[in-house]
Parts: sequence; structure tokens; C-alpha cells
Amino acid sequence: MMLRIKRVPTVVSNYQKDEAEEGARRVGGCGRNCLNQCCIPGAKLPLYAFKKLTKIDGDKELPGSEKREPPVDFLDSLLLGEWEDRMQRGLFRYDVTACETKVIPGQFGFIAQLNEGRHLKKRPTEFRVDKVLQPFDGNKFNFTKVGQEEVLFQFEASEDGEVQFIPSAPIEPENSPSVVAINVSPIEYGHVLLIPRILEHLPQRIDRESFLLALHMAAAAGNPYFRLGYNSLGAFATINHLHFQAYYLAVTFPIEKAPTKKITVSGAGVRVSELLNYPVRGLVFEGGNTLQDLSNTVSDACICLQENNIPYNVLISDCGKRIFLLPQCYAEKQALGEVRAELLDTQVNPAVWEISGHMVLKRKKDYEEASDENAWKLLAEVSLSEERFQEVNSLIFEAIASDDNGNANLLEDPEVKPHSREEVDTINTSSHAAMVTGTQQCLVLQ
Amino acid sequence: MESELGLIEQSFNSRYSLWVQEALSELPDSFTITDPCLSGHPIVFASKGFLKMLGYSKSEVIGRNGRVFQGPGTCRRSVVEIREAIREERAIQINLLNYRKDGTPFWMLFHMCPVFNKEDGMVTHFVGVQVPISRKPRRSGRNGVNLCEEGSRMNDIFYGSCRKEVCSSVELGRVLPLESAFDDADDRGLEIEESCEASDVEKTRAATAINNILSVLTHYSELTGRLVCGKRCSLSLGLLSSSLNISLGRIKQSFVLTDPHLPDMPIVYASDAFFKLTGYTRHEVLGRNCRFLSGVDTDSSMIYRIKESIQNEKACTVRILNYRKDKSSFWNLLHISPVRNASGKIAYFVGVQMEEGCKNQVGHGLSPEMRQLSAVGAVRIAVRTLSMGAGPSKSEESNNL
Repeated sequence: MMLRIKRVPTVVSNYQKDEAEEGARRVGGCGRNCLNQCCIPGAKLPLYAFKKLTKIDGDKELPGSEKREPPVDFLDSLLLGEWEDRMQRGLFRYDVTACETKVIPGQFGFIAQLNEGRHLKKRPTEFRVDKVLQPFDGNKFNFTKVGQEEVLFQFEASEDGEVQFIPSAPIEPENSPSVVAINVSPIEYGHVLLIPRILEHLPQRIDRESFLLALHMAAAAGNPYFRLGYNSLGAFATINHLHFQAYYLAVTFPIEKAPTKKITVSGAGVRVSELLNYPVRGLVFEGGNTLQDLSNTVSDACICLQENNIPYNVLISDCGKRIFLLPQCYAEKQALGEVRAELLDTQVNPAVWEISGHMVLKRKKDYEEASDENAWKLLAEVSLSEERFQEVNSLIFEAIASDDNGNANLLEDPEVKPHSREEVDTINTSSHAAMVTGTQQCLVLQ
Repeated sequence: MESELGLIEQSFNSRYSLWVQEALSELPDSFTITDPCLSGHPIVFASKGFLKMLGYSKSEVIGRNGRVFQGPGTCRRSVVEIREAIREERAIQINLLNYRKDGTPFWMLFHMCPVFNKEDGMVTHFVGVQVPISRKPRRSGRNGVNLCEEGSRMNDIFYGSCRKEVCSSVELGRVLPLESAFDDADDRGLEIEESCEASDVEKTRAATAINNILSVLTHYSELTGRLVCGKRCSLSLGLLSSSLNISLGRIKQSFVLTDPHLPDMPIVYASDAFFKLTGYTRHEVLGRNCRFLSGVDTDSSMIYRIKESIQNEKACTVRILNYRKDKSSFWNLLHISPVRNASGKIAYFVGVQMEEGCKNQVGHGLSPEMRQLSAVGAVRIAVRTLSMGAGPSKSEESNNL
């Protein structure tokens, strides 16, 4: 038995189209100038080495103190410059700035975008939604198959503690480079993908090191309107190759405005709160003695969710200072036929951006009728029930608390499970037994 | 830095008559005045009370953004609220944890309000008053009690207008059992983690201080004929909102925005770097067509190419001879591109100037071309997102805070 949904996959790379068009690009390699072994020798990309932050308020500059000017401003110069360059080179499938967008009048400030082009020219594909962790499959599309022109730069920690920039650095597989690439179907200006250690073929699965890298990217950008997001499998990730998304939208998201209630403070000083008055139930993590504390706490929560087979989304907000963690069950409901047709008809896939309040709509009708109420209705379907949410929370808190007790090192190794087999089984057979024990194969055809 | 300070001085002197700083200095309150039109939305005035409260000298504060006083314990959501208020050009009163120069945190009631130009309704400054909150002795209860307090306060603020189904789904006590997992976590949490509520006396004090400052500003603007007021009197026409000004002000390159929908396509925005490059001042440039940069030796075929690309709504890069105010000439590698608003329609054209062979631009990690493109990107984002409709429409009712 397997739960699956059919959906139009998002085309994130021009090389994702079924093996077509042999480009008359550069010589050597497979001829497509990709990121596989065939094309890497001799290839060069800009390299940005970020400053490792220890303090959580890394952007705090002492008034009156001499501020050392970094060689390159990460977001405003490098990322936007490279992105605009790709735009002028015509690498995107559409001009996202020509897509109409608005803040929906009302209490919450949901943001709607009409994007009729994003899902054109692609046939719906089946996605398995009942397994959050799936092994990497080299036969499917992955980011080593993108063209090098779609990669903006390499992103790594600086060795001497200061920001470094090399306009043209060789790609060295032995260094396990992480890269930032464009998403050729952007949902806003500057939409990119962070692919940690791209050549290691990691599946879509959070680990401490990769999550810290994502937080460093948010911190390097240093702009509250440049956010990173993560979708697990089963929570609308379409590519099983570890990646975070990011884009720039200078509007406060509804989820960022939602009131929160503090639940607890971890030993490392990380404040964990719960979202209030928001359609999707979720946790908010902030503070912590160091950026790494915050990162570890959130990654441990994510690891706990994925190992318990609970799909989730993560929003990294406010320059990496606030992180929202949202377990969800929409895809599962969809596969079980429990989502109302009127919602399915909109074809909106509630991934991290939609959950945060940025709704990308495919039909003009939905865009024109967009309202707080409609957005709320959709997102309410994404949320776990109160009962289930509390259950999931106990799992998360147990995972974080055990970390507090000094078991941190155990979690460094992704192979070491923080939960015993027994516990995992308990969860799977609890309130959501249907998810794993159902007998019929559910398939939603749109 | 010197030119930056010059701009800050100008921010004040161009609008108010001579003794305004002295008059403001006589006010006992702790407050700052910031200019959203300048790059980085810097503090342009800080009262003695403010400097004393935070332990900084005047020169350490002027030219800085107010966020430097925030720290690890500052509630991020409160910062979001202030950012929103600035963007929507409205007043806000909020409790905020700030940090003194010696690193000690303290709670204060932050009351901020915009100051408008009476003539065109544009925001000229923001006034921010800081009233320290006297801490009440902490309740004896542990986390549970504090949670309830916080929760019920949330209740008052947020549930007044929210939907019923939301209210019913939120039970304020429901998370408490989870705390057992952390047991003594509360003891480790610092006291500053808790929120702090200002008393009515403190709220009144802040509001009174705001009124006093506004009356000083109004009085000293009367004499210059460039009147300011605490309420928006007229709607701005054709010019840019202060939130767009703030966003554009962050972009360091030399660029102008021109409005193709106005007769003769005038400049509606020019960056600080543009003034530095050309030697002109803001009021000499705004409202004029860019052709004043051309001179006797400017190649007219280049001007034709620019016109052509504007007509075709396409981006283009040209190398054109331009002239500064002092008549000296320079080779300008000019990049022009249409910029769309939130409706997806072309709202402006951006022109990014780059002086050929300018030493300032060498040694920088990114190629000049890339930095030019990055300015285009930053302008696109600012224009698109600030025309999305969450703009200053609410300002009328919100000034009565």
C-alpha cells in the first residue's frame, strides 16, 4: 500500500525537461556543461565564503565602531546581480516581475500572486507522499544535472573568519561544494535554491550541518525579506535531492505577524513558542546562545519529524533569527480523498511559501477572488488537528530535551536514531494509523 | 562618512529654522528623529535624554539605524511590527527590549510616529520616543503564571477582531503539560525573556513627549515655509512613498528612476551616489528629464539608442559622454531597464550610471557590470513589492494611537 498524489511538478531547471534539446554549448563533457563528473574538470564558478557567526545577533554593529566593509555584499550585490544577469540572458521560463501580485486586503495580509505560466507545459506526475525519507535515486532529475549557467555561485564557510569572494573559483569535488542555483520557475524575484554538498547526492532530509548552512545563508543575506524555506517529501518537495529554496519579497508574511506564545526555553537559550491565531499550527524557534544552538535545536526537531515520518515545512525568517516549523498533512489528506474538490481545483500546493502566507495562484478567478477567508480555508486543511499537533509536539520536545541533557553528539550522525524503534512504532499506529495501515491504494487524479 | 553627515545635517537644516536643534535639546525626554529618505534610514537627531539613557555619545549614534540598540533578547515579532509601521507610515506604541552601550538590556515603551510635509503629504521624518518601563516585581509563580499573563494580554490585543472559529480553537492552557519535558528550563531562562507591560502613566508620558516634539518641529518649520505636521494633510501626487524611498536608499550605486507616464519622463528618484557622481543636489534633479547630463560632445546616436530601447521597453547598455554640474565630463556606462510594478506593468525606467575607469570601482570583488545589474535587481524588488497594496492607505486612522 502506498499513498500517492498526482501533481504537476515544478520545473526548477531547464534541464529537467525530459531528455531533450542537445545544446550546442561548450565543448567537453556531456555537452550540456552540467555538474557531473563529465563536465566539472576545468569548470569555474564564483565562490562566496561566509563569515561563521557565533552570536545570534550577528548583524549588530557597535555604534561608532569601525565597520569592516565586506568585499561583496552577499544579497544586494552578488545574488541579485547574478540573478538579474540570468534574467537578461533569458534563462527563466517567464518574467516573474510581469506576474500580477497583491496583498489581500484584510486582517492578515496574505499575499497573492497570479502565475499562469508556472505549471504550463508539464504533465502531472505521481508523487509518493507517505514516506518522508526516501533514498536518493540517481536516475531521477537531480541538481547535478543542471547546466552550470543556472548555478550562481559556490557557498561555503570562510576559513579565516572573514567574508571572502573569488569571482572565478574551480569546482573541487573533494571540497564537497555547496551551490546556489536559480529556480527557472521563480515565484518571486531572486528565487534560488541552496543545494548543500551538491556532489554528495544527499536525499531531501535535514541534517545539522546542512541546516546550519541554510541559517548562514539567511544571516549572510542580512535582510529580513530574504527568507529560506524547506519542504520535506510528503510536504510538497518535488525533487529528492537536498535543497532549500529562497527568495526576496519585501513584504512581511502573515506567519511572521502571527502572535506567538512561549512554551519553553531550552538549555541553550532557544525560545520555543507556538503560533496563535494562524490557520496552520506550528512552532517558532528563536534566540539561543549561538547561531549553532538555534540551528541544532531546529534541526533536531526536523530530524525527529522526518524519522517519525511526519511531513513538514520550515521557514527561516528574519535573517535566520526566527524559524517556523510546520508539520502538515495536506498531501496525505489529498491522497486519501479528504480534501474538498473546490480546494483541489485551485491546484495550489501548500508548501512552505503558501503556508507562510504567500499564495501563488494559477487561475485568474482564484486571484481575483482571493480573500482572507479563502486563504484561511486552504491553510486550515494543511494544519494538523489540535490533538495530533500536541502529540507531535511531545515528540519534538522529547527530542530537543534529550539534546539538552548532553546527547548532542549522538545526533551528529544521521544514522543514529534519536528514538527507539518502539517509539516510532507507537507514533505510526496512533491517531494516524490510516497513513500506514490502510489497505487500498489512494490516488487522486486531477 | 563626511558626505553622509552632510546629508544628515541637510535633512534637518533644509526643513527647520536655525534654532530647532537647541529647542529640541531643551526637551527632557529620550527621543530620536530619523530620516527615511536617507540611505539606511539613519538617526539624524538624538536627544540628551536618549544619549544618557543608552550611554552613547552623540557622534556614536547619529547616522546609525535604530536597530543597533536591539540585541539577542529583543522580541523579533516586535521588530517586525515596527518595520511594518514604518512601511505603512503610521504611528506605533510598543514595548521593546533595547541594549545600552555597556550591553545591559532594559525595557522601554517605544512610541514612534511619522512627521509629514504639510504640502505634499510625504513623510519627512519619524520621531521615536523611548520611555523606560519601571519593572514591577515579578509574580511568584513559575512559567505557568507568566504564560497565562502573556496569553491573556494576547487575548485582548488579537482576539477582539478575529474570527470565532479561531478563538475557539485556541486554548491557552493547552501547552503547559509539555513543559515537563524541560523541567527546570524556566530557571535557566533570563528574566529579560519575559515580556513587559508599560503602565498607563508611561503611555501617557510617551504620547505627551511626542506631542511636545511635534509642536517644536511644526513651529520651526513655519519659519522656513516648509511646514510639517503630525497628520497627513494632503495625498502625495506622483512622488514616491517614504517606504519606497527607504528601500531605494539602501542601494549604493548611482541610479535614477524616471516615470514614463509623466510628461517628458522626469526623474522621480535619484540615489545618493548619483549626487556624488554628478555634483547635483536632490532638488536640482527631481522632476527633470535626464538630458541635462548630456553636453556638446555627447554622441546623439547614443541618445537615440536610449530612446529606442525605452520605446521598445527593452534593457540596454550604452557608453555615453555625460557632464557633471561643474561642466567636467565623464564616460558613463549607462544601463537602462524597464521596471514593473505589482500589476506587472512598466512603472519606471531605471538608469544605472557607472563612471568608466573610476578607481572606486576597482578592487571590489564583483565586476562593475555585475554590480550594475544588482542595482537593477534591487530596484525591481523595491518597486514591485512596495506597490502591492499594503501601502500607506491606513495612515489616516492610525495616527490617533
